[in-house]
Amino acid sequence: MRAILPLCILVALLLVLPHAGPWFHAWMPTLSHPLYARTSFHALTFAHLGLVFAATLVATVLGLSLGIVATRPFGRSLLPTVRAVAVIGQTFPPVAVLAIAVPLLGFGAAPTFLALVLYGVLPVLGQTVAGLDAVPPAALHAADGMGYGRWRRLLEVELPLAAGPIMAGIRLSAIVSIGTATIGSAVGATTLGSPIVEGLVGNNPAYVIQGSLLVGALALSVDGLLGAFERYVRRL
Amino acid sequence: MIVFEGVGKRFGGRSVIDGLDLRIEDGEFFVLVGPSGSGKSTLLRMVNRLVTPDSGRILVDGDDVASVDVEQLRRGIGYAIQSVGLFPHRTVGENIATVPRLLGWSKRDIDARVDELLALLRLDDPGIADRYPRTLSGGQQQRVGVARALAARPRIVLMDEPFGALDPLTRESLQSALRTIQRDTATTILFVTHDMDEAFGLGDRVGLMLDGHLVQVGTPLELIRQPADERVREFVGGSRARLRELAIRPVRERMRNEIASGGAAVDIDASLQDALGAMLAQGRDRLRVEEKGRVVGSIALADLVERRG
Amino acid sequence: MTTDVRKAPFLPVAVLCCLGFAAVWLPFLHVAPNRLLSGVARSPHEIVLAVAWLAVAGLAWFIRSRTLAIACVSAMVVALPWLAGHDAGRLLDGAAPTSRVQTGAGFWTMWLAAGLLLLDRLRGLSLRWRAATWAAIALAVLSLAMGGAFGDIAIVREYRAQRGVFIDAFWTHVALSGTTLLLALAIGLPLGAWAWRAKRAGGVLLGVFSFLQTVPSLALFALLIGPFAWLARAWPALGALGFGGTGAAPAVFALVLYALLPVLRYTVTGLDAAPADARDAARGLGMSRWHVLARIQVPLGLPVLLSGLRIVAVQTVGLAAVASLIGAGGLGRFVFLGIGQGATDMVLLGTLAIIALAFAMDLLFQGLHALAEVRA
Repeated sequence: MRAILPLCILVALLLVLPHAGPWFHAWMPTLSHPLYARTSFHALTFAHLGLVFAATLVATVLGLSLGIVATRPFGRSLLPTVRAVAVIGQTFPPVAVLAIAVPLLGFGAAPTFLALVLYGVLPVLGQTVAGLDAVPPAALHAADGMGYGRWRRLLEVELPLAAGPIMAGIRLSAIVSIGTATIGSAVGATTLGSPIVEGLVGNNPAYVIQGSLLVGALALSVDGLLGAFERYVRRL
Repeated sequence: MIVFEGVGKRFGGRSVIDGLDLRIEDGEFFVLVGPSGSGKSTLLRMVNRLVTPDSGRILVDGDDVASVDVEQLRRGIGYAIQSVGLFPHRTVGENIATVPRLLGWSKRDIDARVDELLALLRLDDPGIADRYPRTLSGGQQQRVGVARALAARPRIVLMDEPFGALDPLTRESLQSALRTIQRDTATTILFVTHDMDEAFGLGDRVGLMLDGHLVQVGTPLELIRQPADERVREFVGGSRARLRELAIRPVRERMRNEIASGGAAVDIDASLQDALGAMLAQGRDRLRVEEKGRVVGSIALADLVERRG
Repeated sequence: MTTDVRKAPFLPVAVLCCLGFAAVWLPFLHVAPNRLLSGVARSPHEIVLAVAWLAVAGLAWFIRSRTLAIACVSAMVVALPWLAGHDAGRLLDGAAPTSRVQTGAGFWTMWLAAGLLLLDRLRGLSLRWRAATWAAIALAVLSLAMGGAFGDIAIVREYRAQRGVFIDAFWTHVALSGTTLLLALAIGLPLGAWAWRAKRAGGVLLGVFSFLQTVPSLALFALLIGPFAWLARAWPALGALGFGGTGAAPAVFALVLYALLPVLRYTVTGLDAAPADARDAARGLGMSRWHVLARIQVPLGLPVLLSGLRIVAVQTVGLAAVASLIGAGGLGRFVFLGIGQGATDMVLLGTLAIIALAFAMDLLFQGLHALAEVRA
């Protein structure tokens, strides 16, 4: 339900905005360019979504594997260090991670991608560890007693029982990524933040409104969809 | 057949089990009883290698468990615990099917076996197989736990205080169901409890464990009548031990063939304790004894007391 | 320091030493002809550093004394920046006065690995020993800084060049964050108490704020420009107070909106920290509702609220950096202006200051939380 309304708004915006030039002109007659035209809104939306999707995917794979290793018997001693990294990492603002990535990779989508991945790993990692730690010990004990192997126990008992928290981590990771990718346009990535940043720099409130509405609707849609999926996973 | 040979285990410098020998025969219902911390659960978990002994060895059907593939070993031995440990993300049916699925049974065989076990453990609410564990009562959950332990028709089943957290009525009904199933299938059961009544009610033989030692092994009657030492006597119940004996002896053993008149009847397979209870309740000292609804004799209050010469 | 903690697991040492060892081959320093051009990678002490990492791992494996490991790793945490400063001085010898020596990825990775290693080896020791070790390290680095050991590193030069502007930006950032926190508390605490009492309405309220939390910060900041400009035009008095379209007012407004969700959530959780049974019992003993709040719920809930405020504070410091994009100033200005000019040192200076501020907030609220826990 919570996904449907923002999704409808997003689709409506994508359909209407490209033809909304005259309206914006009527609203703000002093602007010579009332409609952002450097890149189409469709392309911006897909670029934004693609960047976030790829980063969240990589972050999920990394966070999930690290979380699994840190909760296995052989990796347990790493858990405090992994926790410390996650806690310290959370105090790094997304903007800071973005800014640090620029000197390493230059301008464009690359530093944004790196920042999204680095920052996106943390919630997935944290929630994976929390979820795996919260699996009822009796279920694990019973699984061992019945002859589950380590991998089979992980795949068939532990991960399904930890799926809810893990999904919550992925969702948080994706939402933070959408926000950070928006700011990423300030370091040269082409995303829905581009109209906003150009509007702010060039004193063009129409651009700002167009970008903001789209990215807001996109964030709420993704949050709604992932939230629905999380509730489905947690239904048990 | 389970054989323990000089088994020992230490935890952090403290000896939990000390040079223990025990032989459990095929088809036997063997109960390990003792206070908490006496090492009985540790001993049980050595059989399916959830605990590794520091010394000695354990043979299951002649093979040292340490030399068998651990997963194969565990899949061949049923296991039920007090906290049940049902998988919350799987339905009742899927939970019961766990080991058969690990063993690669066909879907048809698994379905048939699940239905069979649901009936056997009287899990007969319609549609219960498709429900999730959290929707069941504690007693039902443990019934599922027992069904899961029995699912692959193991020849040996380990049970670690499985009924410890249940209310008395549920416990009794599960105990009698388990006893029936054990007799019908000739399964070897190693059962751990701290409850003497449960031990004497279930076990063909009972082993009393104190501080990591088996202080006495024998039938319930042997423990009551010939306690090995003062500690056993005390644990079995001192002067009240004989009350326990009433609970494990059937009316059949003491009944006389004279047919009494009037009053209520008691079944020939009921315990002497049931008979005493009925006498007290009715305020009379003689009851009729029935077998399959037919009066076959009587039992009197005096018959409950065994006179010594 | 006792040595009965010898048997600390070796795996974290192995992983972190591998990380540090690998970082030897990342550039330790960059030498650039001026602050706008990118530099050439230079790593003057590759062999020394590689040997040092192997030595730390070897000592931890063969001698297994935690005391020795802590001493070695502490020395490494201090020595790395000193080495960077020392090398910078040597590299600048005879170079053009505009030249800059920047610390590279190798330095940062090694420093991080050393810090994490110290954190790992200190685990299990009493709070007193841990605090003492970190304090000693901070003192050592600080005295090196006072002695001018880092004077040739680019960030320090950048700081010297922009000192006045930087300090202004720093305090603006603190003011933005502090105002936001105070406002969020002033609004969030009573609102949270109400949401706790009126469960259903409270749920709706939390839903609305979590909806807002999802909107990217930049979009929310930017969307507020219009309404605030209109407010300033409609009521010039407000405009005189700084309620322009851009600037601090819309920034603080948006920051408060973001901060309210966690404040509300943790207020509700905090009030729930006293179990219903305990509240019932207290009422049954004749305590008034106000007494129950003051003597039971607040002492029990305060640690929860403080741990929440820690999250709010860290989040606010980070988001305030974005606010500079709508002209609110602060350290974010250093970051974005630096990015615009391609001045890496400026970006790094702003970023490090933001991280340090977030860290300080984190430590502050952790300390308050620990105090409240002791009292509860």
